[in-house]
Amino acid sequence: MPILTRNRNNRKRLDPYLLLLFFFVACLVLWLGAILCSLPMGVPGLGKEVASLQQRSGVQSPVTAVLLNFRGYDTFLEVLVLLLAVIGVWSMTLAPFPSGEVEKSPVQLGVVRLLTPLMVLVGAYLVWQGSHLAGGAFQGGAVLGGAGVLLLVAELPWLRSVPSLPLRIALLAGPLVFFSVALYCLLRQGKFLAYPQDTAGAFLLIIETACALSIGVTLASLFAGGRPDDDLPETGTPSDPQGGRTE
Amino acid sequence: MNLIISLFDIVLVITLLWLAWSMLSTEDIFKAVVLFISFGLLMALAWVRMRAPDVALAEAALGTGLTGPLFFSALRRMERLRQDERRLDTSEDRDADTDSEQE
Repeated sequence: MPILTRNRNNRKRLDPYLLLLFFFVACLVLWLGAILCSLPMGVPGLGKEVASLQQRSGVQSPVTAVLLNFRGYDTFLEVLVLLLAVIGVWSMTLAPFPSGEVEKSPVQLGVVRLLTPLMVLVGAYLVWQGSHLAGGAFQGGAVLGGAGVLLLVAELPWLRSVPSLPLRIALLAGPLVFFSVALYCLLRQGKFLAYPQDTAGAFLLIIETACALSIGVTLASLFAGGRPDDDLPETGTPSDPQGGRTE
Repeated sequence: MNLIISLFDIVLVITLLWLAWSMLSTEDIFKAVVLFISFGLLMALAWVRMRAPDVALAEAALGTGLTGPLFFSALRRMERLRQDERRLDTSEDRDADTDSEQE
């Protein structure tokens, strides 16, 4: 938005609020720049520590080791945040599907039919690749979510009648598997999310697979923008302050 | 070889800054979304240059592949609501509520 706005007489004048905002942003930028300049240069970081503990993490990729093993708690909370986002969207409204049949071109259907299995395959491969190269649950899940978005954009008629229970199970699979593995570790090792060293790789793969599925379904549900049709119907009780859409 | 790579980096940074500025300053929301998607793609390239392929993958898949269509569908819904508003100019119905909800 430009700071200089034109009024009716086509004369330039300064909007005082925008000018104030601009001033504050400029101060913030300068302050951050000063902090950045005062940081010590060439700090080696924690790469050496991660490399020395790589053997015990159960995976070969340092990024996956940090994300799921050394800092597994953060990743667990991230997965929960995604779940919370879907709960928020589902509590607002039903998924708005366009009413009436739309004539779809065979080219579009063919592309969807070809691309969807390929995207699912790529997503699974990214999850598998996460143990030794770049990749992992979030990237694989994002590609799965992209496949879901492709289906939603194509407006296939069966998507309207997707039942709610399997969706809910798929949404919860990642957080539940993550949490039960964490509980198992708590009982076995006495520490939350401290995987036993010999089976850490298998645990991480299980968690990543479940989380990728959940993240994919989560992102596709966020794109759909509401809960499925056979989910809780509109009751109009006062416990529903948002008063979802009835159309 | 080194010179070419640093030249590439400089061009990349300048393009990113220019894209960000034109995305923020444009009046057309559709154009802003398109610029946002291209910004995300170039940002993924920048992450690759910073040797963070994991972040680059996530940026390309999440920042571009999912956020872009999400913005487009939000834009379409906004336009549909605005058309409804114009048609039902005087009647206060639920569409106005959902409009304010989504903005």
